[in-house]
Amino acid sequence: MTSTNVSDQQVIDDLFAITTSGPTTSDIATEQRLHTRLVDAAERDGVLDVSYRTIDSPVGSLLLAATEDGLVRVAFDREDHDVVLGHLATEISPRILRAPRRLDGAASQLDEYFSGQRRTFDLPIDLQLAHGFRRAVLTHLRDIAYGETASYAMVAAASGSPAAVRAVGSACANNPLPLVVPCHRVVRSDGSIGQYLGGAEIKQALLAMEAVT
Amino acid sequence: MQPFEDVVAEHGPVVLRVCRAMLGHADADDAWAETFLAALKAYPDLRPDSNVRAWLVTIAHRKAIDQTRSRARRPLPVADLPETPSTIGVPADPDTELWAAFQALPLKQRGAVAYHHLAGMPYSEVAALLDSSEAAARRSAADGIAGLRRSYPKGIPDDEHERQ
Repeated sequence: MTSTNVSDQQVIDDLFAITTSGPTTSDIATEQRLHTRLVDAAERDGVLDVSYRTIDSPVGSLLLAATEDGLVRVAFDREDHDVVLGHLATEISPRILRAPRRLDGAASQLDEYFSGQRRTFDLPIDLQLAHGFRRAVLTHLRDIAYGETASYAMVAAASGSPAAVRAVGSACANNPLPLVVPCHRVVRSDGSIGQYLGGAEIKQALLAMEAVT
Repeated sequence: MQPFEDVVAEHGPVVLRVCRAMLGHADADDAWAETFLAALKAYPDLRPDSNVRAWLVTIAHRKAIDQTRSRARRPLPVADLPETPSTIGVPADPDTELWAAFQALPLKQRGAVAYHHLAGMPYSEVAALLDSSEAAARRSAADGIAGLRRSYPKGIPDDEHERQ
């Protein structure tokens, strides 16, 4: 019954070819255009719960994520950005898209911070990932000025629980917004630098940068 | 649950291929965007053990049916032509015998070929989409492929075809 010698597989391969690439544009360009369109529609309909982007910085690649309320997460490379995005999907919403625009402000302010031109961040932030006492601690961290440091004990006292020095340490270790909420400015009472979720060497570098600019 | 961005990256190309197969290149972009927007809205309620690709293709299938119906109702678009032509160009359909033959297939055959051969879905799921039995879906796909084979030039000997 067949009128030609062509194989079924050849027909299927040819169908792939004529449905895979557009004749006028490359598929990568098409995918980017469609992705942008999806982001725009999602924002318009209020269903983009978390948007994110990455930026390059002197302390490595940084993941920035925001809800409609503001910046919700800053993550260092060593935290593994894919793992962090997985946590955001579980803890906030899986409606997550790479959408740089909502993070333009945060990205440019971080750039200015790293180039020594910015001392405070003027951004809406969303602290929903921190709860209870930890959130209270983070709120007080924003009072430690650029170029200054405070001890864990001082922060505990300022947060209303002078004995909660260890809890302050764990609030810093779980800070969802490092750099913007400056937990790197909290050091040990004996003057040693203490730990940092981005790595002690990054904490050292940030404090050194803030001391000279 | 995976971030939705991963779903787009993993399944976006397959869904676009299906949309092109069912609607042509010009309308495929709209159908793709509507499919993923609808999917994004419903995503938090998707059962964790769901087959995400089949779920997306199901949404795309419904969008394609909707568009086909509204296209049938749509008046001739002559009065709506823009004053200036678009500079990016409207995606055009491939100018091939195969494309013409594919678009000429009955909807069930085209769907069975697209969903099974292009989207990689098993016939049991294709059957659910096309509202038919598994055996009927299998037959539709086979009839569709047979129909497409007839669009190829006749009489090329096997060995010569392979050399091309």
